[in-house]
Amino acid sequence: MENSLNKKLLVVLLLIGLGAPFVVYPVFLMQLYCFALFACAFNLLLGYTGLLSFGHAAFFGGAAYITGYLVKNAGFTPEMGILAGTLAAAAMGFVFGILTIRRQGIYFAMITLALAQVVYFVALKAPFTGGEDGLQNVPRGKLLGLVNLGRTYHLAGKSLELNLYYFVFAIFCAGFWLLYRTINSPFGQVIKAIRENEPRAVSLGYRVERIKLLAFVISAALSGTAGATKTLVFQLASLTDVSWHTSGDVVLMTLLGGLGTVAGPVMGAFTVVSLQTGLSSIGSWVTVVIGAIFVICVLLFRRGFVGELSRIIKKVFEGDLPSEDSGRIQGRQEGKQAPGPGAASG
Amino acid sequence: MNFFTRMVLAQMMLGLNNGAFYAILSLGLAVIFGQLNIINFAHGAFYMLGAFVALLGYTSLSVLPGLAGFHMNYWEALLIAPLVVGLLGMLIERTMIRHLYKLGNLYGLLLTFGIALIIQGLFTNYFNVSGTSYNAMPDILRGTVNLGFMRFPTYRLWSIIISLGVCLGTWLIVERTKLGSYLRAGTENADLVQAFGVNVPLMISLTYGFGVGLAAFAGVVAAPIYSVSPIMGEEMIITVFAVVVIGGMGSIMGAIITGLCLGMLEGLTKVIYPPAANTVIFFMMIVVLLVKPTGLFGKDQYGE
Repeated sequence: MENSLNKKLLVVLLLIGLGAPFVVYPVFLMQLYCFALFACAFNLLLGYTGLLSFGHAAFFGGAAYITGYLVKNAGFTPEMGILAGTLAAAAMGFVFGILTIRRQGIYFAMITLALAQVVYFVALKAPFTGGEDGLQNVPRGKLLGLVNLGRTYHLAGKSLELNLYYFVFAIFCAGFWLLYRTINSPFGQVIKAIRENEPRAVSLGYRVERIKLLAFVISAALSGTAGATKTLVFQLASLTDVSWHTSGDVVLMTLLGGLGTVAGPVMGAFTVVSLQTGLSSIGSWVTVVIGAIFVICVLLFRRGFVGELSRIIKKVFEGDLPSEDSGRIQGRQEGKQAPGPGAASG
Repeated sequence: MNFFTRMVLAQMMLGLNNGAFYAILSLGLAVIFGQLNIINFAHGAFYMLGAFVALLGYTSLSVLPGLAGFHMNYWEALLIAPLVVGLLGMLIERTMIRHLYKLGNLYGLLLTFGIALIIQGLFTNYFNVSGTSYNAMPDILRGTVNLGFMRFPTYRLWSIIISLGVCLGTWLIVERTKLGSYLRAGTENADLVQAFGVNVPLMISLTYGFGVGLAAFAGVVAAPIYSVSPIMGEEMIITVFAVVVIGGMGSIMGAIITGLCLGMLEGLTKVIYPPAANTVIFFMMIVVLLVKPTGLFGKDQYGE
């Protein structure tokens, strides 16, 4: 029964997605989808594998630049551009993964951050990236050489980029579905096992480093898809896309929505992007607000929207509270565990 | 001495200057990690805050009632900025970080990241990102000294000496005093130390305050050299993370030596291949990760 309920819910959401551009500004919606896909891809790593990458902007922004360059200067069609961006991000993910996968916890976070900084410097200095200006005026092109993605329809006094909207919506749905299948596959079970207890997974004969590497590559590739799509939407690949602020934003989206939940990152991305758009008039106060949400999330709201919601639902229907620890970043971490009485008395 | 050698030596000295800052900052990170088991992402923000306390103390305190005409000079700033920032750090540890010790150490990283964003965002609002110069450098440190192979700015020489002095002082405190032995014991087994009657929670607060105070100290020392800007910390912290990954966080002396050496390597790269100067530390990190994943002075991941 729950399954059919979920199916009905999905159909409703799909219909809302199809009708949304007639109500809400389509470019804003497309921005939401790009970041939602980015956050979902990131969640595969943080929420399900238990690895905190602080360098995911490298894949998002790296793919954005590559797609932008190929579409603008090499005449790639949009779908080929996005594919190329995705593959490039997957390759970068493989290189990052090889270097980082042997380290865990905070070291993993610091190494990914530092590697992403290298990508940032490349984007700043390389001859083909446009330096501080980024790649501007990337054409939207024709899908498969047939459908003009740049076409705007004028309905009821509004100009709507419907072709591009449905293309982006389809990419988001496909990416989301792929991640959903990954999480619910045997592979998904294994990465969760690694998150919960890595030595045990090793003792059961799983080749943990390879599996983590694969999860990393999938996550990087789909982050790349998100970044590449974003380039077509805004017709721009900029330094912001590869900066560590973007890496931080995607961590916040995932955390706010709920780690290790399917729908959480989507809700988190919607919230964070709406906030950033809504507050853009107050300048760098946005950074302060984002920072404050980070602090509140970590201190008081660790399960995120979806985690808290499902806890309340469980409480109402089953009268049974899941343990305090559910939904937090698990996994054996390097260094010592809890520092002791300082914690106990605090 | 030919021109090339002079240039290499000159850049090495400038690199040593940067390296001294890397050393102080990575030292602070290592001390904090030892006690709190978190990586302090806000370290760069506290470094920036130190520089701003010095700057604002010099330029803006005189508008306060009762302080008319008062300008905090450089020497006062060297003492006051670490104290102010250290107290702020202790407050943050007491009110926020303390609640996270029972959780995995990634939450500490995320919390301090949020704190860094708040501090940086606040300052970006009120101050120019391109920087303000700090003009309170004392006369005795102006001018240059002749090192034989070059004329080196006195202030830079002073900043190398004072930074190394602070690093060695910290090393002496941690490795050679009774307080340091408490700290090291707390790193090994905090419960046992508590059982011996040491106030471990206070010790942890003080450690955090001391660590961020070190960052603020580096900020004051850096203020006359670089312009004081809200983003001076974010550029620094990522490099320092790479330094920490290269050195490993196992030993204090390791953090100091790694910081200095990488600063000089950066200087050397400026002579040999300037475009790589910004990234050479990161490439060094990649090499170290491939050869010795635990870092040069690091313990392996099982804590052995």
